[in-house]
Amino acid sequence: MGIWSCIGTTLDEVRDALYQGKSGIIFSQERKDAGFRSALVGNVPKVDLKPYVPRNLRNFMPEEAQYGYIATKQALEHAGLDEDYLNTHEVGIIYGNDSVAEATMQSLDKFRQANSTVACGSGAIFQSMNSNITMNLACLFKLRGINLTASAACASGSQSIGLAALLISQGLQDCVVCGGAEENNMYGIASFDGIQAFSIREDEPTKASRPFDASRDGLVPSGGGATVVLESYEHAVKRGANIIAEIVSWGFSGNGDHISTPNVEGPARSLELCLRNGGVDPKQIGYINAHATSTVIGDRREAQAIAQLFGERTVPVTSTKSQTGHEMWMAGASEIIYSTLMMKNGFIAGNINFEKPDEETACINVLPETKETHFDMFLSNSFGFGGTNSTLIVKNV
Amino acid sequence: MTREEIIAEINSELAEEFEIDEAAITPDAPIYQTLELDSLSLVDLIGIVQTKYGVLISKAELPNIKTFAQLYDYIEQHQK
Repeated sequence: MGIWSCIGTTLDEVRDALYQGKSGIIFSQERKDAGFRSALVGNVPKVDLKPYVPRNLRNFMPEEAQYGYIATKQALEHAGLDEDYLNTHEVGIIYGNDSVAEATMQSLDKFRQANSTVACGSGAIFQSMNSNITMNLACLFKLRGINLTASAACASGSQSIGLAALLISQGLQDCVVCGGAEENNMYGIASFDGIQAFSIREDEPTKASRPFDASRDGLVPSGGGATVVLESYEHAVKRGANIIAEIVSWGFSGNGDHISTPNVEGPARSLELCLRNGGVDPKQIGYINAHATSTVIGDRREAQAIAQLFGERTVPVTSTKSQTGHEMWMAGASEIIYSTLMMKNGFIAGNINFEKPDEETACINVLPETKETHFDMFLSNSFGFGGTNSTLIVKNV
Repeated sequence: MTREEIIAEINSELAEEFEIDEAAITPDAPIYQTLELDSLSLVDLIGIVQTKYGVLISKAELPNIKTFAQLYDYIEQHQK
């Protein structure tokens, strides 16, 4: 696993931040001055790739690819997959991404300013394609298997893991690098701010993201990169890998409904399919990492879907977005890492800022504070615009 | 611009863009090797010259520009 986020840039930092209930959210004066309604954002450090990637190759990498690179570098090291191994084995990549705003804007600004397409620069075409992360990482890490970008809005990271697990289970790939990354500049989400979906609790940045809480008023955007390496059990054993966890099953569904307002039925089917695919009884799930982004309607609908499948106020539920904000295309992958870190270290990170539920989120058991506890299986939800839903169940090894 | 001004400006610009030591840029140094140009990054050199001096180096003339001195000559002769 590898992670570059607003609550840490190493697995150890992130584990500690989760345990301590640390928030990664700040107020950005730059965004306020630029005209944002909400200038809250995850404080994700910029990546310096100069020590790792030469100029001519870095020139193809927009912000999200840089996050994807550094998370993947960590993940490959963590998995013990070195250059020699990657050069001699077929490893694939499926990665979530769903925006290329800053890179596209910058190259087209240069084009319009100079009235010349040459002014866009040699990297612009690669930077402004949605598959920029998979194209860059496949070339840099010599990945020669499946090479595919999953674009499924805020479920992209989760869908990438689900797809990789499916290919592996079918025997089509032995090992796949997967994850998600999100550009964290203001251009990527300016229009999102424009539809007034963000929290305006600017006087209390660390309290702004409060999934399931009665006084929530919108999400807080964030970004970064998160990578997990999936491989078949046989492949892992054969190469003597340190197996961390097992993907038990993937569930998915589409709402076929409103583009931004979720319903209960679609997410519920994603949860149900995931449980059914894995042959998992709801009672086996020790923790649910919710998609909940801190929007009024979205959190309600997810709470109701969870209660429908698990019964009212049963399994512990938290949304790590209370600490990280909404990492969007990255979230489905980062939240698998957050939840796995909790599972491996015997705790559930509290849903910070949760004080009391509203009438419709009271049906689930939200843990407001970190609890030391042992669990061996968790479920993670990711839902996105257009009604794309993805659910993963992961088991301890 | 005088030739000296062009040299000072373009050397600084190229050193920054291609992340090399400006001292490596000398009149007789080979452009391709010094800037580590390939078929794609060559476009960035052309873009800089066009943006800074309004001079578009044509594909036909590219093979004739092998050293920095030849690049200075080209800019000096074609600048608007």
